[in-house]
Amino acid sequence: MLPEIMIVVLWIGLTAYALFAGADFGGGIWDLLAGRSAAGRPQRELVEHSIGPVWEANHVWLIFVIVLMWTGIPSVFAAVASTLYIPLTLVALGIIARGSAFAFRKVSTRLWQQRLFGAAFAFSSLVTPYFLGTAAGAVASRRVPPGIAEGNLVTSWNNPTSIIAGLLAVGVTAYLAAVFLTRDAQRLGRHDLAEAFRRRALITGCLVGLLSAAGLIVLWLDAPRLLTELTTGRALPLLVLSVVSGLASLPLLWRRAYLAVRLTAALAVVGLLWGWGVGQYPELLPGVTLDRAAATETVLAATLGALAIGALLVVPSLWWLYRTSQRGHSPS
Amino acid sequence: MELSGLPLVTGPDLVAARTQMGLSLGWHIIVACLGVGMPAITLLAEWRGHRTGDVRYRLLARRWAKAMGVLFAVGAVSGTILSFEMGLLWPGLMGVYGEVIGLPFSLEGIAFFIEAIFLGIYLYSWDRLPPVPHLLSGVPIVLAGVASAFFVVTANAWMQQPTGFDTRNGRIIAVAPWAAMFNPATPPQTTHMILAAFMVAGFAMASVYAVAMLRGRRDAYHRLGLLLPLTVAAIVTPVQIGVGDWAARFVAENQPVKLAAMEGVFETQRGAPLHVGGIAIDGQLRYALKIPRGLSLLAHGDPDAVIVGLNQTPKADWPPINIVHLAFQAMVAMGFALLLLAVWLAVSWLRRREPPSSPWFLRAVAVSGLAAVIALEAGWIVTEVGRQPWIVYGVLRTSQAVNPAPGLVWGFVLVTLVYLVLTVATVYVLRRLARDQPVPIAPQEPDVTGFKVT
Repeated sequence: MLPEIMIVVLWIGLTAYALFAGADFGGGIWDLLAGRSAAGRPQRELVEHSIGPVWEANHVWLIFVIVLMWTGIPSVFAAVASTLYIPLTLVALGIIARGSAFAFRKVSTRLWQQRLFGAAFAFSSLVTPYFLGTAAGAVASRRVPPGIAEGNLVTSWNNPTSIIAGLLAVGVTAYLAAVFLTRDAQRLGRHDLAEAFRRRALITGCLVGLLSAAGLIVLWLDAPRLLTELTTGRALPLLVLSVVSGLASLPLLWRRAYLAVRLTAALAVVGLLWGWGVGQYPELLPGVTLDRAAATETVLAATLGALAIGALLVVPSLWWLYRTSQRGHSPS
Repeated sequence: MELSGLPLVTGPDLVAARTQMGLSLGWHIIVACLGVGMPAITLLAEWRGHRTGDVRYRLLARRWAKAMGVLFAVGAVSGTILSFEMGLLWPGLMGVYGEVIGLPFSLEGIAFFIEAIFLGIYLYSWDRLPPVPHLLSGVPIVLAGVASAFFVVTANAWMQQPTGFDTRNGRIIAVAPWAAMFNPATPPQTTHMILAAFMVAGFAMASVYAVAMLRGRRDAYHRLGLLLPLTVAAIVTPVQIGVGDWAARFVAENQPVKLAAMEGVFETQRGAPLHVGGIAIDGQLRYALKIPRGLSLLAHGDPDAVIVGLNQTPKADWPPINIVHLAFQAMVAMGFALLLLAVWLAVSWLRRREPPSSPWFLRAVAVSGLAAVIALEAGWIVTEVGRQPWIVYGVLRTSQAVNPAPGLVWGFVLVTLVYLVLTVATVYVLRRLARDQPVPIAPQEPDVTGFKVT
């Protein structure tokens, strides 16, 4: 039972990372596409305003996932990290470039500095989710065998499934960000920006939908087993939830129901992630089940107990942070 | 996972992996120390500003908070890289022992959450919260920062004194995670590290103002900016020397090979001298100043105690002697130099309620930040290089833990380039922040630019 609880907690962490940090990455992508310095300034300011106070806390979810992996399923962590060391090194560098450039831009006063750091921030926001997506595609399409560096160092993450997963990750982050930003802009009374991001959300929503459909074809050709896992049995309801929520988001966006679309957009992502997880359970890597890979009971009990107590501190604090940062600015 | 099946990796890839880990850890440790020490000193300034209404304290708090925002961001991402590298570079360690050291890292994750959340609140709600709640919102940053440092260092202490697990045929069969976390090395190592963080932050912050004062800006604002952090660091320094002695005696008892390398003791001897300086050549420490029986006295509290020499250990299990020895000398030298500075300040303060007026005092403070960083890095080299060739002392060799995938050298080159750019950018941005006029704006919010401190 403890291994199951642990893997669920890990997946909750991964979901939170995808939703919250994903939207922060997407914010960077919109920063990249905001246009020239003067014309794009209001959009960039909105992005900065929305993610500034929260991105570090959102980023911690990734550390949480990594640490829980090596604590809870150490041999799987070692296998994934060693085989996928190239894309994961690129992810790590992307994270460094993005976080520091964002902080540097914030305190820079000159235009050329803001441009330079802004470009680093925006570009790394685009590539980091791509490489993370390819890594997820590698695990999902059974290309990471157990053992240390046993998989192919190049083709494990350069294959049709990984590439489509990478593109989907970029698309989803951009879409989530556009959806979240519409509401942020609306609350700040910037209806022009809300409209701009609504348009972007609609376009990216359609693109992500097309990409997902293409993804199913790619899986059919490249990873039929994963497709079967996703479309039969336990995972099917979750996949249906994802598709229905994704489709429902578009009319909601059209009708400017920005708060409701936050929920449906998030559900579309949640459905996909949990569909993958549930479909693949109990196998983590080819031939390695959760029970075989899980750490000893004492470790799981101590860690989960500590995390439960920690959650009592973290959850209310997170709530306070989001409330403080979401509250509109009253001019002082 | 079978350890015996792992190939022994040697050559450039192992060197590259170790250097990459050393580079990214050695970089992060500086920022992390500032991240642990700065919030406390900043809160102290904010609290003094609130209590006394002194605008200069409030300005200082805001400036430091602004720098903290940058440093924390850089610290957060450079720390993330380390958790990646644990797996990317050392899968042989994490695949087997990840669960043994997982608990403190999970706790560190919680602490890091708290730190990031309250930093977001503290920095961004400066003008939205009344002064006292705002001050209080900073307290969890300090507590969580100290807690993170504690948790991370317990994992490192475990690598020095691995306890709390049983293996059979290279597989973990039982783990006592709390025993692993509270291993014998945990108390001295964590204390030494946390105090080091406050020393680095205090001396480094004071350095900035000493430089400004040497350039002629000797107003009360700069004096306070120098005195407050310097006082914190000066109070910590003598305590740290005592804790350092404790840590060294612990090494003498539990890692005699490391002590022998630190002191360059090749032959086991009774009443061993303390070596100052010197260099190891052909199995001998040359050109060292010898203080008779000093080492036996310091390490074991008995001038006639036996010090185990390197000759008791096969040469294949020696750490690199000169690196460890010189790093230890550098750390001790810097520590005592900083102690002298602290004493100078204390004597002057007790006599005249004033810091020393000599320009040499300002010059000394100006370089004290650098000295503290050198001591920090040197101490960390002693701990980590002194543990070699083991990644887990006496249990797992570094060469067995490294990722056997080819091409680690190229990863190292790429990471080095990125860190080079990161270093240049960080120094540039921090220098700009230090030079800007002290404008009373909230640390992060452009939309409250007009807010006045008074």
